[in-house]
Amino acid sequence: MRVATERLSLLTGAEAAAHAMRQIDPDVVPVYPITPQTPIIETFAQFVADGLCHTEIINVESEHSAMSAAVGASCAGARVITATSSQGLALMLEIVYIASSMRCPIVIAVGSRALSGPINIHCDHSDSMMARDAGCVQLFAENAQEAYDLMLIAQRLAEDHRVLVPVMVMQDGFTITHSAEPVALLPDEVVKEFVGEYEPLYPLLDVDHPTTQGPFALPDYYFELKRQQVDALDAARTVWLELQEEFAALSGRRYHGFFEAYKLSDAEYVLVILSSTAGTAKVTIDRLRRKGVKVGLLRPWVFRPFPAHEIAQALAGKRAVAVLDRAISLGSWGPLYLEISAALGRYLPTRPTLYNYIYGLGGRDTPPELLASVVTDMQNEVDPTVLRYLGLRE
Amino acid sequence: MKRYQELPIGGVIPGGATPHLVQTGGWRSGRKPSFNEKLCVNCLLCWAHCPEATIVVERLQMRGFSYDHCKGCGICSQVCPTGAITMIEEAAITPALATKAGEEVCV
Repeated sequence: MRVATERLSLLTGAEAAAHAMRQIDPDVVPVYPITPQTPIIETFAQFVADGLCHTEIINVESEHSAMSAAVGASCAGARVITATSSQGLALMLEIVYIASSMRCPIVIAVGSRALSGPINIHCDHSDSMMARDAGCVQLFAENAQEAYDLMLIAQRLAEDHRVLVPVMVMQDGFTITHSAEPVALLPDEVVKEFVGEYEPLYPLLDVDHPTTQGPFALPDYYFELKRQQVDALDAARTVWLELQEEFAALSGRRYHGFFEAYKLSDAEYVLVILSSTAGTAKVTIDRLRRKGVKVGLLRPWVFRPFPAHEIAQALAGKRAVAVLDRAISLGSWGPLYLEISAALGRYLPTRPTLYNYIYGLGGRDTPPELLASVVTDMQNEVDPTVLRYLGLRE
Repeated sequence: MKRYQELPIGGVIPGGATPHLVQTGGWRSGRKPSFNEKLCVNCLLCWAHCPEATIVVERLQMRGFSYDHCKGCGICSQVCPTGAITMIEEAAITPALATKAGEEVCV
């Protein structure tokens, strides 16, 4: 396939996701508004009202209903997208587990926002991390361009018959959802060809082939059905790698492997970080590199399925690694750190010194100076058995 | 029992409705429906509303109940427009007759 001609538009991350939805033209979009996700569905609803796509929007009374309607529509055989944030995802979550177990390939756009309480509307990753065990693929975008690209890839990934689970696409609330930047949109017809037609495996509306869906599964079947979901998430790894090749040929933008490696190959010190703060980390790394500090970045795009082996290989031989978590598993450490700690322990005979920093909770700003202080800590070989907090008054 | 690789994904059961396969009558308690054939207008609303395979219909005629499947929920008696179905004590004796298919039906 050819590389599409680039056309730059000034878009917020929310608008970029809405454009992806317009081009995908899903059959059904059940929605309920919540800050900072609202501009996604607001922009999309305008596209539908203007006749630019043919989606049936279902205005429901809560996110629990939004995901319930999404499951119903998906089982019927429809292509379904929805969007949410924070408490909305929390309210959805009961049915997100149902969606993944019923193998509904629903795409969920998430504007990441701190969970209450105390109530807060700004970004952290406590909402998506709460959903990490729900059986969905979880993709994290750094900027508006990635928010757009990952929505398109998510649709294909979800609907691949080897996968068939929901895919969540996270973009940082406000930092990305509400900030405008140049975004290269693919031509509508190129997206149409890329996403193709959804071919449901067991559509309920196929009355010639009736099925029972969502049945009770007692101790004799539940375990086997959960094991199938393990295979689905494993298959998502293969399909993700295939799709990034196809998407690179279309767009010229390559999501190489499962994570971005920025100045990583010769780095002695590594920052591991998800989403938009990686942009700040790259600026920090450039500054420190000019001073001769060998520091690099590893930024996962894919958190579920977790690319444990690939990350362990990439971090092998490093002097120290600091994992920065924008969420905390209260009573334990950061969720990203726990994954990486397990990965290093599983795959590496000798592991780098591993640090964990909690940062940015409830939208707390994380400027380059704070990220530089993490590198200084690693150089000073501070105690790695202590959980540290970045930008906290203590 | 099938291995996980052999089962349709997502717990899907091909072939449609399955309540006739499950004997949910085993945990019915308290009450059960009884049928007065003389009041029945054969609208089959009971059959349409019953969540299990309890209402026995032969040649579009309501015949009675299969207590093997009846959970005693009482929906049939609620939707019956003529009072042909009433809920009675579990211990009450109901006459049994055999359908042409050989299944025992209680009225």
